[in-house]
Amino acid sequence: MKAFTYERVRSPAEAAAAARKPGAKFIAGGTNLLDLMKLQIETPRHLIDVNGLALDKIDKTPDGGLRIGALVRNTDLAADKRVRRDYAVLSRALLAGASGQLRNKATTAGNLLQRTRCPYFYDTNMPCNKRMPGAGCSAIGGFTRSHAVLGTSEACIATHPSDMAVAMRALGAEVETVKPDGAVRTIPIADFHRLPGATPHLETALAPGELITAVTLPKPIGGVHIYQKVRDRASYAFALVSVAAIVQRDGSGRVAVGGVAHKPWRVEAAEAQLRRGAKPTADLLLSGAKTTPDNAYKLTLVERTLGAVLAQARA
Amino acid sequence: MKFDTPATTNPIDQLKIIGKSTDRIDGPHKTSGLATYAYEHHDVAPSPVYGFVIGAAIAKGRITSMDTSKALAAPGVLAIVTAANAGKLGKGRFNTAKLLGGPEIEHYHQAIAVVVAETFEQARAAASLVKVDYARAQGRFDLAQAKPGATRPKDSADAVVGDFATAFAAAPVQLDETYVTPDQSHAMMEPHASIAIWNGDKLTLWTSNQMIAWSVGDVAQTLGIPKANVRLVSPFIGGGFGGKLFVRADAILAALGARAARRPVKLALTRPLIFNNTTHRPATIQRIRLGATKEGKLTAIGHGTWSGDLEGGGPEDAVQQTRLLYAGANRLMTTRLAVLDLPEGNAMRAPGEAPGLMALEVAMDELAEKLGIDPVALRILNDTQVDPEKPERPFSQRQLIQCLRTGADRFGWAKRRAPAQTRDGRWLVGVGVAAAFRNNLTMTSAARVRLDKDGVVTVETDMTDIGTGSYTIIAQTAAEMMGVPLSQVSVKLGDSSFPVSSGSGGQWGGNSSTAGVYAACVKLREAVAQKLGFDPSLAKFADSQVSAGGRSLPLAQAAGKAGLTAEDKMEYGDLAKTHQQSTFGAHFVEVGVDAATGEIRVRRMLAVCAAGRILNPKSARSQVIGAMTMGVGGALMEELVVDKRLGFFVNHDLAGYEVPVHADIPHQEVIFLDETDPMSSPMKAKGVGELGICGVAAAVANAVHNATGVRVRHYPVTLDKLLDRLPRVA
Repeated sequence: MKAFTYERVRSPAEAAAAARKPGAKFIAGGTNLLDLMKLQIETPRHLIDVNGLALDKIDKTPDGGLRIGALVRNTDLAADKRVRRDYAVLSRALLAGASGQLRNKATTAGNLLQRTRCPYFYDTNMPCNKRMPGAGCSAIGGFTRSHAVLGTSEACIATHPSDMAVAMRALGAEVETVKPDGAVRTIPIADFHRLPGATPHLETALAPGELITAVTLPKPIGGVHIYQKVRDRASYAFALVSVAAIVQRDGSGRVAVGGVAHKPWRVEAAEAQLRRGAKPTADLLLSGAKTTPDNAYKLTLVERTLGAVLAQARA
Repeated sequence: MKFDTPATTNPIDQLKIIGKSTDRIDGPHKTSGLATYAYEHHDVAPSPVYGFVIGAAIAKGRITSMDTSKALAAPGVLAIVTAANAGKLGKGRFNTAKLLGGPEIEHYHQAIAVVVAETFEQARAAASLVKVDYARAQGRFDLAQAKPGATRPKDSADAVVGDFATAFAAAPVQLDETYVTPDQSHAMMEPHASIAIWNGDKLTLWTSNQMIAWSVGDVAQTLGIPKANVRLVSPFIGGGFGGKLFVRADAILAALGARAARRPVKLALTRPLIFNNTTHRPATIQRIRLGATKEGKLTAIGHGTWSGDLEGGGPEDAVQQTRLLYAGANRLMTTRLAVLDLPEGNAMRAPGEAPGLMALEVAMDELAEKLGIDPVALRILNDTQVDPEKPERPFSQRQLIQCLRTGADRFGWAKRRAPAQTRDGRWLVGVGVAAAFRNNLTMTSAARVRLDKDGVVTVETDMTDIGTGSYTIIAQTAAEMMGVPLSQVSVKLGDSSFPVSSGSGGQWGGNSSTAGVYAACVKLREAVAQKLGFDPSLAKFADSQVSAGGRSLPLAQAAGKAGLTAEDKMEYGDLAKTHQQSTFGAHFVEVGVDAATGEIRVRRMLAVCAAGRILNPKSARSQVIGAMTMGVGGALMEELVVDKRLGFFVNHDLAGYEVPVHADIPHQEVIFLDETDPMSSPMKAKGVGELGICGVAAAVANAVHNATGVRVRHYPVTLDKLLDRLPRVA
């Protein structure tokens, strides 16, 4: 860990001002950031503790949706009655992630900002374009069983590890932010996470110092909500593949997939095939996939998991 | 005392305390935080300084330059020790690679420096300022590639009986398959940790170590100081599994750091360092050839195993159990070792047998399928009561058949169906069986016992308790021998100033260390009897009284003010030569395989063990269920993944190296068959801590086959290896 300064802020405006300091970074639950700081993968010079901002409420929006404060803890979000009733896929995704202790600490915004669990990213002896742009990617050609098969680049094949974000993507959530100059904006979840391209160190659409204040969910759309997470170990493991699905009575629906890309993966055109079954849907969803011998199984796994999810939705 | 004739009746046979389910006497200390682990001896080092180990960033090559100037100037830094300034260091008898590397690098994360600073954070921060340049050398990292060049280790003769080649070729039913087991990590909860304090030229290390006397020797040899100047203290150990049999970098670098900084140094290896810096269970490639008659009698058993290690290292002897488990007139067992530049391989819970049975017991399942014989029946049919290589040598006790029959009965084995026939909702359900086998080793072990004026018996031995329950069985032994309640016994362990014990390893600790306490207690009984004027051969020790011939006196009276002390050790004669001592068991497992995703979840487990007298059924059961859990890990998830380009274990943290969590482990049942083994020691006990893991992974893999019809011969059995062969998703 490198030495850093620390301050608590009380308002988004204060946070925005503090964010102008060089090397500043926000900290909320710290469940990922502190680990990365200990390994010197993250080396902020200034930490801005945003836990004092009153962003821990879940409110109704005027159009019948929910506005989830950035600091709402994963445990509280998963347990919220409205979430359980109207956005069950989100509740299930949250509960499939991490452990009880971590969920008690981890926040909604922080969950979106988790960094990849690529083992080469975590080992600072290994070249990594995320840690050191231009250094090269040591995962490519190495052990890639957990790596991405979609939207990869020559610079990076890491996945985004969040379960919550996959459900958010299926739900069509939006991310509300405030920039250091006070400007607010709303970023659709589809545009929030970036593909690695040539700049895998840039993971989200956030500008420097931009603070997430809330995530909004649109009006409930009904349907059967399923989150199926596939992993070697029954609990406390990142997804090899996960499927978030909302399936309507007529068989139409939405599907987002986790564990396959640098962001939650959703292809609206593929969803048009849902009534025809898993295979045609998966064919479109996975088109353009690029696999390694280690991770080629993910294509089969996505299709089969989707098949199980659709069968469950019908039942 | 020498144990060279079979045990007859002795005070242990009273079974007033021995053999009773007994809570750990150290339990309250552990649950209240009073049990001090290596990093927690705040009393001896109230204001220590901290060491942080730097591991090599390459797998093989040389350090071309190391610049420590920035780090030395960093806040709080007191010293940096590297191979360049450590002085001449030796290498321990039990170490293959140097514990402080440089300029030559032998493996990834080999320690190359320790930074000592006032706080842990300062040491860690400064460590990142040490600039190291390397010249990489070509390394050998791929066992499959190195296999053709593997050679026979010098002390590992091929085991040849009869004419294997001819018998195998002639066998009406043949099986010839190759199995792969991966490198595995001990992944114990407590990291390797030490506190080092020098007093002049005398070193004391509070450390986490299974084998105190071995390690005193290796610390002395490495540092080039007399053994008499080294004291090791290791009263509580948070898991070892073989990973703490030897001195590791934490101890040596704490000692060097403390010498350089002239302060007590506290040092723990960080979790990401442990996987590549310390030892691991080596991967194996195993070829098994079985020839059988149509009735299922084995006529030819061939087992070849290949593993790799650093130059000068040893093999994973995965054929050990195959030499003894089944009858068969023609046999060929070979062990080959390749040179690899991966981190150092060494013992992990049931070395040899654990990976060996992962292969052999799947092969037996495959043979049963070929023969159309029930897998339990096939094993029973091929039982042997004598060493198949030396038929004049019987087993001291061998209840494998009883284990299999009892288990089959209890588990409901008869309901087993053909592969891929049982469905429970989304789950494909299957059951599997495997035999468990682990040799029983006896080790010389000494103890000192003292009786004080209050009738309290204190036992001192350098035996360790690695979570196994040594404290409790030693207390039970002393209580039984001296005729006092458990509450009147105090046990002190893990200090090299105590008599040298067997230590904890190879599942020898339970029987051997208590036998040593038995020997010391026999001596103390004689002294007590003499003091009180009894004939030692007639004196009865019970209820804190000594009695004979109608006369009875309090035990405490013999102690007097000064107390009474006796010390002895148990040594072993030739019984192990005339009789094969082994432990046996049978594992039964039911799994569910998700029909769509291929995820494998264990639903039910049963172990039946025959392992001599069970000294404390409660802690023995705890050992076995822990081992079964570890076996599930080996079956389904544990693999140190080798990056064959860069030569290191990639998944070097507990997020990447998965071990089972609670959600993975279902109901576990353990049955101990009634057994006493008079050939093992006066305790008539054997080990169970390693028996419990032996065969578990094969039973799981066999259950997966029974559930799905898919045979996986490459551990761990993960969903990606099944997926293409599962039924279509509806």
